Amino acid sequence: MESVRWHRVGMHAVLALGALIVVLPVVWIGFAAFKTQIALLRGDFLFTPYFGNFEELLFSKASDYPANFFNSLLVASGSTTMVLLIATLAAYSMYRLRWPSWVPALVLMGSLVFHMIPPITLVGPWYVMFRSIGWDNTYAALVLTHVALNLPIGIAVMSVFVRDIPLEIEEAARLDGCSTPQMLWRIVFPLVGPGLAATGILVFVFSWNEFAVALNLTSRQTATVPVAIAKFAQEYEIKNGVMAAGALLSVIPAILLLLFAQRHIVKGLTAGTGK
Amino acid sequence: MRAPPARADAIQVDRWRFYTLAPALAVYLLLALLPIVNLVVMSAHDIRWQQGAAQWTLVGLKHYTELPRDPLVRAGLANTTLFALLAVTAEMLIGFALALFVSRIVVGRVLYRTIFLLPILIPGIVIGAIWKLMYNPDFGIINQLFGLVGLAGFDWLGSGRLAFMSVIVVDIWHWTPFVFLLLLAGLESLPEDIHEAAMLDGASAWQELRRVTIPMMLPVIVVTLAFRLIVSFKVFDEVYLLTGGGPGTATEVLSFTIYRRFFTEDRMGYGSAISVVALFVLTLVIVLFMGMTRRRMHTN
Repeated sequence: MESVRWHRVGMHAVLALGALIVVLPVVWIGFAAFKTQIALLRGDFLFTPYFGNFEELLFSKASDYPANFFNSLLVASGSTTMVLLIATLAAYSMYRLRWPSWVPALVLMGSLVFHMIPPITLVGPWYVMFRSIGWDNTYAALVLTHVALNLPIGIAVMSVFVRDIPLEIEEAARLDGCSTPQMLWRIVFPLVGPGLAATGILVFVFSWNEFAVALNLTSRQTATVPVAIAKFAQEYEIKNGVMAAGALLSVIPAILLLLFAQRHIVKGLTAGTGK
Repeated sequence: MRAPPARADAIQVDRWRFYTLAPALAVYLLLALLPIVNLVVMSAHDIRWQQGAAQWTLVGLKHYTELPRDPLVRAGLANTTLFALLAVTAEMLIGFALALFVSRIVVGRVLYRTIFLLPILIPGIVIGAIWKLMYNPDFGIINQLFGLVGLAGFDWLGSGRLAFMSVIVVDIWHWTPFVFLLLLAGLESLPEDIHEAAMLDGASAWQELRRVTIPMMLPVIVVTLAFRLIVSFKVFDEVYLLTGGGPGTATEVLSFTIYRRFFTEDRMGYGSAISVVALFVLTLVIVLFMGMTRRRMHTN
């Protein structure tokens, strides 16, 4: 038993070190956001908090950050809503409406392949396509591409939950003369609530974080937060403090969700990779 | 309530069966399949924008013959492959150790799992920004820590091989948690009494790991490994911010090459050709891998 105790101490030591390595960079950027450029360049460990970075980020006329934040909220909530709707309908259709078995198999395989290929390969044709119909730099174009990118994970997670709906409930409803739309509205959507939460949180965060597509499909007016942060890092004179402040604000949704919806995130992530 | 006639019911179900799947099919057809077809067509053309309209000139296979001699493509392909192998190996080892430990401890499980989830949820570009500041040779925290213990600092992103390793470290930080989470889910679904039986039989922790845990976890390990290997070809955000592919072509990765050729240099036809080749090779690998895991599931 003595050796078991030492094992346990060792495991806790390794885990604590791992946790430290995960947390340290985020804490450090949090501190950097409250430092003056001089304190940052000197690498002060002790400093008096300075709010100028946030002021410049949020209130200066030259800053687009509030608009970027709004754009990100709009695109992420729009694409999340669409993914939830489309994915739930598709999962229900494939698992409960008696398709010949090759149809779901083909859709799921295509979905998985599409999920695994690098999005940057498709950004080019998306750009040309949207530009030729006059949708370049629009919210609609970015929302649609985010719907496409996140639909595979949406279908994968929602399938897990749709398959858990007891068949008896559906059969009873059918016998009562329930039509498919009524079934969806009264039975399927209410019963997959936890699935919608898990999927919704993941898709929202992934859309919020997405960079490669947003970089190429947006203009200054429609740019999202990641695009803005990349721009900070590339300006002629890098404003490190302002960049840190922008980075800190951009991870707030993720941290809130992590604190209040951790269970859903775990469920979504593990269901989303074919487990 | 009277049940509707069986035939009318069947027709109605048929109709709704299609309506419910149609939106998903439309998204995949219009935003995945059509763009891939377009990509193939574009790769056979030179494309210029004039007053908002695209001017297409047919060039046949010219782009594809040019491709193997392109130094960026060669560097991108070689770097991405090496990057995937090194980063994913490290992620699997660290992720497995962490998952194993978390599954064995009693106190602090939820706390560790919450903390380890964090990097998955942070935007890739923010991770790039954070590490760019941390790697800074003058005021970054890494050189500061080196200084505290009396070591000389490095210019982490400044020289070829070191920059490559530095980018790999960032990828490990970013994606080990994902591996951890999948492996932890696998470990938690193993029957608990096996661990107890092994302990009662007096098996050492190492013996139990080699003879019991790893063999039982093999399917999960294989799927996670293959998934991470393929998906690591997506790497873009961190490289974009940390190094921009440099110095020279030391951290050039395939996604970045495509971006550079297609958008920065405005060579849409040629950029499409690189995309087509990348998609072809990756899809082949994915389908092979899916066939492999399917056979595995059947034999189990």
